[in-house]
Amino acid sequence: MTALKNSIRDLLRYPSAILGSVILLFLLAVSVYALVTIPYSEAVRLWRGGEEVWYQNPKYAAPAWFNIFYSKKKPVSFSVRTTDGSMSKATTPSSDPEISTVDITYSFDYAYEGVPQELMIYFTSQFKDKFSFVSVSWITPDGRTIRIADMAVDHSLTFRFSQDQKLQKRLKTEDVMQAIFMDPESSTQADLKGQYQLVINGTTFEKDATIDAEFVLHGELFGAAGTDKYRRDLLLPLLYGTPIALAFGLLAALGTSLLTMVIAAAGTWYGGWVDELIQRITEVNLVLPFLAILIMVGTFYSRSIWLMLGVTILLSIFSGSIKSYRSIFIQSKESSYIEAARAYGASSSRIIFSYLIPRMIPLLIPALVSAVPSFVFLEASLAVLGLGDPVLPTWGKVINDAFADGALYQGRYYWVLEPAILLMITGFGFAMLGFALDRIFNPRLRDI
Amino acid sequence: MTSEKTISSEPGPPSEGKTRTNSTFIRVFRYSLLRLVSMMVTVTIGVYLTILIANMGGYVDIIMRNEIRDNTTQSILANPNYRSLSPEAKGDLIQTKIATEINRLGLNQPFAVRSMRYLKNALTLNLGRAINMKSDQGSKEVRLILLERLPATLLLTGSSELILFFGSVFIALSLSRKYGSFWDKVTIALSPTSAAPSWFYGIFFILIFAAILRILPFGGLVDSPSPDNSLDYGLSVLKHLILPASSVIVSAIFISIYNWRTFFLIYSSEDYVEMAKAKGLTTRDIERRYILRPTLPTIITNFALLAITLWTGFIITERVFLWPGLGITLFRAINFYDTPVIVGSTIIYAYLLAITVFLLDFVYALVDPRVKVGSGGGGSQ
Repeated sequence: MTALKNSIRDLLRYPSAILGSVILLFLLAVSVYALVTIPYSEAVRLWRGGEEVWYQNPKYAAPAWFNIFYSKKKPVSFSVRTTDGSMSKATTPSSDPEISTVDITYSFDYAYEGVPQELMIYFTSQFKDKFSFVSVSWITPDGRTIRIADMAVDHSLTFRFSQDQKLQKRLKTEDVMQAIFMDPESSTQADLKGQYQLVINGTTFEKDATIDAEFVLHGELFGAAGTDKYRRDLLLPLLYGTPIALAFGLLAALGTSLLTMVIAAAGTWYGGWVDELIQRITEVNLVLPFLAILIMVGTFYSRSIWLMLGVTILLSIFSGSIKSYRSIFIQSKESSYIEAARAYGASSSRIIFSYLIPRMIPLLIPALVSAVPSFVFLEASLAVLGLGDPVLPTWGKVINDAFADGALYQGRYYWVLEPAILLMITGFGFAMLGFALDRIFNPRLRDI
Repeated sequence: MTSEKTISSEPGPPSEGKTRTNSTFIRVFRYSLLRLVSMMVTVTIGVYLTILIANMGGYVDIIMRNEIRDNTTQSILANPNYRSLSPEAKGDLIQTKIATEINRLGLNQPFAVRSMRYLKNALTLNLGRAINMKSDQGSKEVRLILLERLPATLLLTGSSELILFFGSVFIALSLSRKYGSFWDKVTIALSPTSAAPSWFYGIFFILIFAAILRILPFGGLVDSPSPDNSLDYGLSVLKHLILPASSVIVSAIFISIYNWRTFFLIYSSEDYVEMAKAKGLTTRDIERRYILRPTLPTIITNFALLAITLWTGFIITERVFLWPGLGITLFRAINFYDTPVIVGSTIIYAYLLAITVFLLDFVYALVDPRVKVGSGGGGSQ
């Protein structure tokens, strides 16, 4: 216990160790948050979802906080709905019990330069035979009221402002967004800033009929992380990619270093043909093209991240480090405490697991921590080659999607930078911690 | 294989002069023969494993058979010359054509037999013909497909790795002399940056220099259309080389300097270096004769192993920069299920590795008088 305390005290002497640990704790917190708030199946469903899941989001929207850096603020997307109370709805019964009116209003401040990409209203209505009826109007900050549409509402109905031909005819322009956001008096093409109001007056013709509406504005910016080509909120892969990256990196590093150590220990302990076999396998493994085999497995068999993890571990066990462990084990095999263990009749497995390996843990820990980043990046590398897990939202997949869509060429830097920066933070966190651990556990390095 | 040196670098008893020359020769010969045989076995097993994986244990055959059936059927049905034939005659024709094609590709033999033939061809460097891929000249010879891409890969890997290697060794040597200095600390602080692979720096470089500053190209080998005269062509290639090469260099330079620096520091705290200092030798002499000389075997090993990796290319970096090298060819070959190209690229790597490791033992003996080939007594020459 005191040894552990001492190690922690030693660790705190290194700024890089503190920074690394803070980063790792932060990543762990994000992972826990992601796993708790979004169940695995839900994450997969959302990530694989198309328009039906992500219709509320604009395509290729940068994160909303980008506005901090713009002198001309770009429109930020939002969506409000009556079902969760973010848009107010009032139902008033009339003298006729069959008929009631539904008033839905939503006011919002629009202080951005330019017009939104699109406005949409998604109506849902419940009735038996008689359709409900709505009329939509738009009140601009200077008090003008623009009639948008009058229509019967089926069980569900989508109304897109730009694509409604009646509205285009009424406004005498094809560009509906310009017409409803611009100041008609102004000679410049500036949009009118201030409070806009959407008013929906509905009428139902049955006793228990209801009307609900969802109002969606597609701007240039969206949410905390922006969206991609398929309207998906990038926050999902950024959040959910964290536990996946950590799990892949940690499991691969743990599996590789532990197995390497056990195999090296067994080889040195038993000696003879076991040792010889392990050495020959190591040499064969050096000849095998590591990345090419991973790509082949991904292309031919399955792109499941867990299969990739298994193959990665399998190919990394018999690496050069097996030889360096071996040379240390050869020394400790001759130690007197091993002699003593033999004398009291300890079994081979007992000697390997209780005497040989525990002595190596100080060497193992820094190596393990330092190995994590390379595996985290390996997962991203496979994704960049198009071999990422087809169902899981990972950082590498976001980079791959962005690259495939020419995001850098088109100037959509956020799309590449967000996952890349997360990858970098993760890599550096583990690398810095591993670096400090190496110096603590290998005193020979400490003075250097 | 690198640590063979730890086995053979055990200081042996001093040489006993010319009287033992004959037995020395026999010992070296026997040792070399044993090493060669074990290398050959290693290469054979490694290549056979690659063949098995690249064929999915024979499953690729089924894909290929289906492809042949589809293509042959389609080409005969679409060919106007065969339109007058009756459906039965057409069916017969299709069957014969499929059989010929399967026979041509050797698919009628069982996989176990065929894999042995692949192995024999690979080991004798008879790389054969690709299944689907073609070189830009239109040839299906695997040798030509690989040779065509070799210059581009060697240009990228060669330029970046050589700068990386010599740059980091010399910077490390000078840092090791003034350790604890500002630049030394900067290098240590920056060494975790090497956790990220080169393609990762590549996307940042593309972002900064191609997308925002627009001073360097996004990727590719030359401008399109490519310049007519060779000077402009060369300059254009150089311009395209800057970003991929620097991403390779930046991704590894700090950890490389750090490792070499630590390595040199350990050697420069040896007693004989202190002795040389006490004698008042110049730092230049100390560096060259007392630090570099004993560390030469390690430097050579690292250089030799690096030289082999040049061959494989950087699959992902090449893909990110659209660099038409061997890495991208290997990636495409895998996507085309083109086993001959995959195996061809592997066998060349395996041979280069085996030959290098074999030769390294002798090189050690040349540069380090303590090392004896075959770890027995007597000199190697």
